Amino acid sequence: MSVPVLSAQNIGKSYGSGANRFDALKGVSVDIRAGESVAIVGKSGSGKSTLMHLLALLDDPDSGTLLVEGTDAKKLKGKEVNRLRNQDFGFVFQQFFLTANATVLDNVVLPLKIAGVPPRERKARGMAALEQLELADKARNTAINLSGGQKQRAVIARALVNNPKVIFADEPTGNLDTATGAVVEDILFALNKDKGITLIIVTHDIELAARCDRQIFIRDGLEDTTESGTPNKRHPGAHAGAHA
Amino acid sequence: MKFIDIVKTAIANSFRSKLRTGLTVIAIFIGAFTLTITSGIGTGVTSYIDTQVSAIGAADVLTVSKAADSTSSTTDGPAAYDPSKATTVSLGNGSRPGTTIQALTAKDLTKIAKTTGILNVDPSVRVTPDYIEYDGKGKFEIIVNATATLTTADLAAGAQLDNSSTTDQILLPTTYLKNLGFASAKAAIGQTVSIGITDYAGVQQEVKATVIGVQNETILGVGAGLNQPLTDRLHTIEVTGAPAGATDSYATATANFDIKSTPAEITAIKDDLAKQGFASQTVADTIGSFQTVINVIIGVLNAFAVIALIAAGFGIINTLLMSVQERTREIGLMKAMGMNGGRVYTLFSTEAVFIGFLGSALGALAAVGVGSLVSNILADGVFSALPGLQVVQFAPSSIAIIIGVVMLIAFLAGTLPARAAARQNPIDALRYE
Repeated sequence: MSVPVLSAQNIGKSYGSGANRFDALKGVSVDIRAGESVAIVGKSGSGKSTLMHLLALLDDPDSGTLLVEGTDAKKLKGKEVNRLRNQDFGFVFQQFFLTANATVLDNVVLPLKIAGVPPRERKARGMAALEQLELADKARNTAINLSGGQKQRAVIARALVNNPKVIFADEPTGNLDTATGAVVEDILFALNKDKGITLIIVTHDIELAARCDRQIFIRDGLEDTTESGTPNKRHPGAHAGAHA
Repeated sequence: MKFIDIVKTAIANSFRSKLRTGLTVIAIFIGAFTLTITSGIGTGVTSYIDTQVSAIGAADVLTVSKAADSTSSTTDGPAAYDPSKATTVSLGNGSRPGTTIQALTAKDLTKIAKTTGILNVDPSVRVTPDYIEYDGKGKFEIIVNATATLTTADLAAGAQLDNSSTTDQILLPTTYLKNLGFASAKAAIGQTVSIGITDYAGVQQEVKATVIGVQNETILGVGAGLNQPLTDRLHTIEVTGAPAGATDSYATATANFDIKSTPAEITAIKDDLAKQGFASQTVADTIGSFQTVINVIIGVLNAFAVIALIAAGFGIINTLLMSVQERTREIGLMKAMGMNGGRVYTLFSTEAVFIGFLGSALGALAAVGVGSLVSNILADGVFSALPGLQVVQFAPSSIAIIIGVVMLIAFLAGTLPARAAARQNPIDALRYE
């Protein structure tokens, strides 16, 4: 079996110190394999977001080890970590984090701009990503003028523009109504299925979690093994509405 | 992120909060404006003085006078009479009315001449001609500029006075031309004018002189310049019929030293003269003290401008700190997307430098506009008596330095917020409240 894309071994993370010390994560082990879709499920404050941040190298674990394609993340240089974040990872957030006054295209090409891609190529790739998400006609609009669903599609386009290996989605449908949320879900799963992009979704929505290959339940900073695993086989109709 | 993208993004970011950026720019504008104006005045006045005394013709001349009498003071009462001491003479034109100094005698002149380093010494003679006339077109009063042969004139036409020439030369100020009946400065060159002078016995005599040049009015002495032969001729007439000894005292003397002397050697000569009881000054000393005063005034004005700029620097800090606060999410996002801290730092520093550039460039531009306008109005109005004086002048290099310095101040002010931005943790920025 191939080396997992990301492998967390008994990782823990705490915030504050002394009396205010709060153990957000108390030792969780997870293997994420290339091309699978994984849901990290838990209630608010369970530590699920902390786990995602650690997996995405946005934060350093206090204990345990994190392996990125077999390499200890601690041994990676800052430059290498930045390259991973920039080129191998894509992020989708509940709050979108779009720059309100910039155009949709400018928002989408931000990772390319950070990577130092020349303007012409930036535009071409940005437009291609928008095309894919059927937002090409909104490229010149400012981000603030988009509807919620359009914003999330723009965010996905931004996550996609660097052709990442892994997309981290933190409550991707949390701010959307059911119908729009379903569309966004379909887009994400289609990317997972058609392009083989590994999908890590943090959610408290059991229905969304059920669409993933595998669920990891987090409770009070620990994995709740009674619920985790792969009991919910994907039902055949899961992708029926993709790109709707 | 490529540097050009950082610059573009920084510029775009600074325009995102127009009011805040605008107010900071105004603060910098005021500082830069003041600094540019004061430096413009410095350049203008200095360059005016330089043209007035351009190339300080007589760099090898010391003006020597008797040092002020140290024995007389208000508390000790009058000093004992010393028969060997010369009588006092009035300094005349240019000094306070009624002030006198100890006169130089022939004996003093010999002493000065014997001083090491002094090549020769001549008593300064002051002649007071009665009138000047050209071609019978009317007689006009004439004021003689005693320092004319010491300085190089700012010529409107013709040539400088030549002391070694055998002809009698006169240098006319531009203001004399119309009254004397010359159509233009050029027309006056080479013409002969008559100068009337009264001798000791009260008889008026007339001397012919050639107009060698026409000079713009100077601040170091108004009036006509005479070359040495003409001065000597007029002096001879003036003392004709005087009793022996009556003319044997002078207010000042001019002493020549080797033109190749180093400043240290000149100081040595002056010290030597001081020990013998003579005060001496080079032309450069006289002008130097004048320039020192101007430099001090400009220095004080500049200090105020710099204070304004430092205040503006805090404005930049404030603006950017607010900006960092406001853009916490955005910075976190960029870092999450692989932008390193150094680039974030550069981004915010660049924004600070750009705000600094905007303020200083606008300030300098406005200062050049306003300064030139005011300068032209003044030159035609209040300062019309001083042709060639542009009170405010701008040197491109000093404007570039001002803009550079302001950008540096802005950069330094920006380091604090930029560091705060660079240190942001993407997690803290992206975590939900």
